Amino acid sequence: MPKINSPAELEKLRKGIVSKRDPKKPCIAVCTGTGCLALGADKVVVAIKEEIKKHGLEDKVDIKETGCPGFCERGTVVVIYPEEICYLKVQPEDAGEIVSQAILAKKVIDRLLYVDPTTNEKAVRESEIPFYKNQMRLLIGNNIKLDPKSIDDYLALGGYSALAKALSQMTPEQVLAEVTKSNLRGRGGGGFPTGRKWAECRNAPGEARYVIVNADEGDPGAFMDRALLEGNPHSVLEGLIIGAYAIGSHEGYIYVRQEYPLAIENVTIAIKKAEEYGFLGENILGSGFDFTIKVHRGAGAFVSGESSALMTAIEGRVGEPRPKYIHTAVKGVRDRPSCLNNVETWANVPLIISKGADWFTGIGTGGSKGTKIFSLVGKVNNTGLVEVPMGITLRDVIYKVGGGIPGGKKFKAVQTGGPSGGCIPEEKLDMKVDFDELAKAGSMMGSGGMIVMDEDICMVDVARYFLNFLSDESCGKCVPCREGIRQMLKVLTNISKGKGREGDIELLEELAEITRDASLCALGRTAANPVMSTIHYFRDEYEAHIKEKKCPAYVCKELISYYIDPDKCQACMICLRQCPAGAIAGDKNQIHVIDQEKCTKCGTCFEVCPLRFGAVKRISGEPVPPPIPEEARVIARKSKENE
Amino acid sequence: MTTEEISRIDKIIDKYEGEEGILIQLLLDIQQELNWIPKEVAERISQRLNIPQSQIYRVASFYTAMSLTPRGRHLVSVCMGTACHIRGSPRLLDRITDILKIQPGETSPDRSFTLNTVNCLGCCALGPVMVVDGKYHGKIAPTEAEEVLKNYD
Repeated sequence: MPKINSPAELEKLRKGIVSKRDPKKPCIAVCTGTGCLALGADKVVVAIKEEIKKHGLEDKVDIKETGCPGFCERGTVVVIYPEEICYLKVQPEDAGEIVSQAILAKKVIDRLLYVDPTTNEKAVRESEIPFYKNQMRLLIGNNIKLDPKSIDDYLALGGYSALAKALSQMTPEQVLAEVTKSNLRGRGGGGFPTGRKWAECRNAPGEARYVIVNADEGDPGAFMDRALLEGNPHSVLEGLIIGAYAIGSHEGYIYVRQEYPLAIENVTIAIKKAEEYGFLGENILGSGFDFTIKVHRGAGAFVSGESSALMTAIEGRVGEPRPKYIHTAVKGVRDRPSCLNNVETWANVPLIISKGADWFTGIGTGGSKGTKIFSLVGKVNNTGLVEVPMGITLRDVIYKVGGGIPGGKKFKAVQTGGPSGGCIPEEKLDMKVDFDELAKAGSMMGSGGMIVMDEDICMVDVARYFLNFLSDESCGKCVPCREGIRQMLKVLTNISKGKGREGDIELLEELAEITRDASLCALGRTAANPVMSTIHYFRDEYEAHIKEKKCPAYVCKELISYYIDPDKCQACMICLRQCPAGAIAGDKNQIHVIDQEKCTKCGTCFEVCPLRFGAVKRISGEPVPPPIPEEARVIARKSKENE
Repeated sequence: MTTEEISRIDKIIDKYEGEEGILIQLLLDIQQELNWIPKEVAERISQRLNIPQSQIYRVASFYTAMSLTPRGRHLVSVCMGTACHIRGSPRLLDRITDILKIQPGETSPDRSFTLNTVNCLGCCALGPVMVVDGKYHGKIAPTEAEEVLKNYD
């Protein structure tokens, strides 16, 4: 591939690629993102390829292994083009039917379509499925349309035209002005205005400066950055190159956590291709601008996602934060000006440059513009990635896009912002989602994790979970974070074990305040959010744990017991056989009894007891009834003659 | 270490010679090659790249992806991310520690299994998730864990 030397050559190449592609040629797109791969997407691809070969259709049908379109709950996702028919939960066994029916006979395979759980209506096209219909997919919409390993696919969809526009028609100052005007705010959590950060880095003294993509997506329950980097790596590269041009940087880094092997693979291939085509390297598109990118793998430390820590890690040292009296935009990697933005932030840049800041500010709320990708997970029907305009209500995200709570359970709270965020209760569901509103409710946007919780979730346990996570991940460099988190965790653990005392809630509040005010980096400063927000909205649950020694959601092991109701037990032996602790006594025709001493409270008996019996009960905050005497345990079954 | 092993390690070090800030990347590669970072390797790196051993151990002990003790033949990772947590991963982990008779971070005495926990694998739709040697097992109930682990020895 000869290097592209000008925007005109790029357009010529693009026309060449598009003209060679027949829009009517059938194409089977299979999601091979990490989620679908875990469900066996690789086997689906192999099976479809075999079927294609069997029918001798190799030249007549394209197969595309694409990135993640977001509907992980219904993987493996397959979309047939040009009709855009969307098949869900596809298994390798379905390959034959897909080729013979969907491709050859041009028939729709009914059983693989989306069925609306409430109306029972089927949806044929992606755009008709409520999960997709209620989104605005500017960033991840292309994932299912392109093979992330193919730069031609990206070019066919108009890729790198924003870069060509920036380099040939705009000065760096104009690019910066456009991004500033768009009011784009950092998608990694802080929500800092991107334009301002760029300007600070551009104006900082020094010759060399760096631009960095933060793909150290460490928040548990969040995977939007992975989906972008894995599914559409060139969009991130394009944004980064444009940013480098505006800032005056010639060297960039992509910091990816090593837990994302596929993202590392795809972005490495993308960089190589971009170099070949001349989007990276010297004299990019004949503009005289030079820029190169290196990939740096993170080695598994949450705190290394913090900007100053990440930059220390890029230098090859232990990734710990440092005080930021001087911003990293002025003194970052090797003490040189360094501009770090999140994956999603960079991916927004090409859109802003091609469509203009005015278009971008038309989407969203007063203070938050554009869209945001959330990973909607937990107790929700449609788990997956959703991209919605800023300002949509939480209720719409959870119910319209997410399809509500499974199993007829009641919604309790939604946790946003990862370990630094907070829990938002039902009465706030009509709140608009943007940076400022979430902060007002005691949570934060964070990187975009949205974890839905139902009535079976204990809020004390959730707070304890996050503090446990943070106490593991706190680097220990500053005392308020290290000790503050540890002490809060101690108090919470006591509460969840039934050892809570009067005054513990106030003690937590005091510790939270100091940890927030005195910690060095954002990890410690926001560590108390999960505690504070759960105390604020669910104080009664804390009080039940402390005063009544009761866990209302039946989660905290030390506060619950399992008990078999002798009136309901049918002596079916199921729980008795499955109990891993051997704690259940009984026999055929003999009512089962749990030995409370032996019971490990694993909950297996509760799960396996047939619904129609419902004999196993959970008890909390009250004593377990004494076991019924041995002689009363025999069940005299009615035989048919007696009926 | 055998000469063959030394030359394998040297090859990895060669890739990074003369570059700055490469220690983390180098140790990740070695971890992948040997499944752990033995003392002799730390010495070798220190000699060849003129990096103090204290710095190598500082990095290797800070990051969870690196191990200073040998790992088992099979690596079992249980996802403890938020979505998996609320879908019952603590109970899954309890069951697995019961079956393997080791705690997270430990390796069984016969080196058949190493058990660890990870914070999020990003496949929350499948939670709770356990990964054995890179193969994902999603929506695993605690009662099904034994069935999965039986296939590895």
